[in-house]
This record gives sequence, structure tokens and C-alpha cells, in this order.
Amino acid sequence: MCGIVGLYLKNDKYESQLGQLFTPMLIAMTERGPDSAGFAVYGDAVDEGVKLTLRHEDENYDWAALAKDIKSKLSTKVDWFQNSKVAVFKVETDAETVEDYLEQNHDDVLVMSSGKSIEILKEVGLPERIVEMFKLSEMKGSHIIGHTRMATESAVTMAGSHPFSTGLDLCLVHNGSFSNHNRLRQELKRVGIEFDTENDTEVAAGYLTYRLQQGDSLNEALENALKTLDGFYTLTIGTKDGFAVVRDPIACKPAVIAETDDYVAMASEYQALTTLPGIEDAKVWEPEPSKIYVWERN
Amino acid sequence: MSTNNLAETTAIETVAGVGTVDLAKSTVRDLNQALHDQHDEMNIQEWEVLNPKGHHNIAVGIDQKLKIDIRGPAGYYCAGMNKEAEVTIHGHTGQGVAENMMSGLVRVKGNASSAAAATAHGGLLVIEGDAGSRCGISMKGVDILVKGSVGHMSCFMGQAGVLAVCGDAGEALGDSLYEAHIYVKGSVKSLGADCIEKEMRAEHIEELTELFERAGVTDQDPRDFTRYGSARQLYTFKVDNAGAY
Repeated sequence: MCGIVGLYLKNDKYESQLGQLFTPMLIAMTERGPDSAGFAVYGDAVDEGVKLTLRHEDENYDWAALAKDIKSKLSTKVDWFQNSKVAVFKVETDAETVEDYLEQNHDDVLVMSSGKSIEILKEVGLPERIVEMFKLSEMKGSHIIGHTRMATESAVTMAGSHPFSTGLDLCLVHNGSFSNHNRLRQELKRVGIEFDTENDTEVAAGYLTYRLQQGDSLNEALENALKTLDGFYTLTIGTKDGFAVVRDPIACKPAVIAETDDYVAMASEYQALTTLPGIEDAKVWEPEPSKIYVWERN
Repeated sequence: MSTNNLAETTAIETVAGVGTVDLAKSTVRDLNQALHDQHDEMNIQEWEVLNPKGHHNIAVGIDQKLKIDIRGPAGYYCAGMNKEAEVTIHGHTGQGVAENMMSGLVRVKGNASSAAAATAHGGLLVIEGDAGSRCGISMKGVDILVKGSVGHMSCFMGQAGVLAVCGDAGEALGDSLYEAHIYVKGSVKSLGADCIEKEMRAEHIEELTELFERAGVTDQDPRDFTRYGSARQLYTFKVDNAGAY
């Protein structure tokens, strides 16, 4: 089943309330996905360098020591803050340098996301608990996408939770199931894409990463995904400047979009949109199958 | 304002003879139970549902001549299995509005999601906005009037009844159609297997005129519509195949 939700602000009117507006949206999708929940929030962008969301199993992990280590070894400036088991690091160098350094020297630290503004936060448990854990209601930003999972294709783990990172400032949430994920995973492994789980959505994320590496624009990558991915899906893709929504050609998996002068919101069910300001007068419709919808700030 | 003794434990009130259920205070189960109780004691004929907020299964399984106004958007299966009741949704609806309706009238003031009136046997569904995919899938006698457009695979395996669309139709309209009648005013993206355009004869103009009257639609001319129906070429229509059983 699973529930997906997204909120993209067209202007800065609600930027300081992004988390507050999104919290009830994610919780409203609990019935569709009580196993795990997560979200990717875009805001607080760095001008120089990269922002990474890092996670460690140990809630008492010494992030200060890690920051100090990166600072001295990579001779770069590091700002950081902790949020539950996760820490957000702002490092004045490129993503690859930091990720390589972590992989070689701190392989117990997991990179959840990297980019200029994205932060991916996800855990196993009820959505209500996860939004509380990460203090979602206090978050600010321009857009956010989230997911509540009812696991079908792989185990209930943090790693199998959504969103899945697909590249710098890019991520994916999915409602549905892919039927050709095993074969596609093998093909992608051969061209160098790495996978951490047996999860089908991670394969879709890996596929998009691969297409973007090949030089596809986001739109081209999604057009290729429509041809390659076999199964039932509604996908929402978070980008640095907005989000995209795609449904498979049969469109069995639900999706509803609401648009006002101030925002575009998407959800698996209308229930998740009822708390948004001005929803009574919003344009509400169901996205068409095989059509790529993109909303981005210029 | 007095509390209705039928449901003292729920926040159901009667205002000027109208049963009012606020779904911000009551559950959908309470609402549906109160509506089903009218089967035994028909003392409140008009109902108003407040704060539906996209809840699923609102006013499902009604089998009495009630008039129900739902003041806002409803979720899945709203007015499913309806018999005799007149249900108006003052907003959008999710999947499967009026699914398996037997009789009565369901009116959606906004848009409807997929599978509207799926498998419905009778009654009338009026959608004043657009309908999503699979509108009237496997319809078995219901009449459906959509003032906007319908999505792909609409009227798939339609067996009986009328689907009239004042806007456009999506891909594969009327795929594997049996005897349902389809009328579309606008464009059709593509016809499904065995669905063909057919001549509008006098009896079809009459059928649409009567449908518009029942639906309270006054701004449409039946002569602007094109009729689609089954070419009756699929396996199920070949009498020779009966020998296989």
C-alpha cells in the first residue's frame, strides 16, 4: 500500500511553516503505511560546498569528533548539528570528497543524502513517532516530500524506508511495486550502480541515478523510467528546486494533486490535504497516467 | 436543537428535522449505523454530513429513500451499494463513488477519482466535474452522466446502462464492451478493443434527452454527441464458442 505526500511552496509565504503544514499530511497517511516513515526536506541551502545528512546507529555517536576529523583531514570548514540519530554536516568541499573519505575512514556512518539543500530523515515506526523524533513541525524550507511505508517487497528496516537518495539533491518516494526489479538491479550493478537493500524502490532510484549520470535531464530520465520500469507505481521525485509526480500507464496507485496560488500539494489520498490553508478553494485533480508533472522554482 | 435518541452515544443532532452528523466529532461507523438504523425506524429522511474531509466509506450501504448532503470532499467508496437514497457530495470524491449502486441518485459537485460507479446495477450517477480512469467499469445497468471528461479505460466491459460524457474521453474507451451505451460530446483519445462509433438514431436522442432531464442538465443538446458501442466481434459474442462448454 504505502502513502506518499509532497508539498511544494510557490512563494515564501509559508516557508517558515513548511514542517508545521507537512506534519499532519504525513500522519494522515498512517493507515496506508504504519511500518516506517521518512521525508526529504529542502531548505537552509549551503552556498559553498555540500550539505550531507549522516546517520549512525548509536544515538550517542560523537559527531563533534567526526566533524573535527573531517575538518583537519580534508582541510575544510565544517558546520554541523545533530537531530536524533542523524546529523547534518555542511562541508566546504565537494560531495564526492566527503563521501569517499567517510567510506574509507568511517564506514559505520551512513550517508542518507547529499546536495545543496536536501535533508533525508527516515526511521522504522509510526509516522507520528518519526515526525516527533525529528521535530518536523519546526522545520522550514521551500518543499518537502514524504512517505509512509507498508512493506511488501522487502523487510521493514530503516534502509528499506523511503525516501531513497538518487543523486545530489534528488530523492524518490514510491507507492506500488515493481515486477522487474531483480533483473534491472543486476543490469544496473553491471554498470556500477551500488545497492544496499533488496528493496524494489531502491532499484528505481538507482535507475534514475544511472540515467542522470548518462546525461539525461530529469524529464528524460523519467521518460526512460516509464519505458523501463514494469509494475504499479506512483512516484514523487524531489529535486533541488521542486518536485515531480509520475504514475504508471495503468495508474492503479492513487494520487491527488491540489494547487493554489501559494503551493502545490500531492498525496495518495485527499485526507492528507485537508489541513492545508485554502484547500477548500484549491484546484484538486487526479494526475493522468504516463504524464510527467514537474513543479520547480526558477 | 435536540439530541436524537437513536444515537445518544454519538454526536448526531437533528436540526429542523434534518439529521446532522459532524465527522469531526463522530466516526464514519457511527454515521453509517445511524443511516442504516433508518431501515427499522424511518423517522429522519434528510441528513447532512459535516466535515467529511476525505474520509472513506461515507454513506455506504444505504437502502432507504433518504436524502443525504455531504458538505465537502469524500474519500473512497462514498455512497457505495446505494439503494434508493439521494446522495449529494458537495466536493470531490475518491475512488469508487457509487460503486455497485443498485438504485437512487448520487451527485458529485466536484471531480471524482477512478472507478466511479464500478459494477453498478442501477440508479443515476451525476459527476459535475471530471471523472478519473475506469469510470463505469463493468457497469451493469447504472446510468452515468459526466459533465466534464473521463479518464482511460472508461466503461471497460460495460454490460448495461448509459455513460454520457459532455467533455472528452481518455484512452481505450469501452474496451471489451457488452451492451452499455456510450455517448461522448468531445474527443475520444482512443477506442478500446471491439468498441466502435455508431449511428445516433432517434431512440438514442430520446435516451440522452431523458437522461439529461433526470440529471437536471439543461445546457446540453443530445445531437452534439457521438454514440459508441460494441462491434460484437470478440470471443464472447461468437455463438460457435458456446460449444466449448
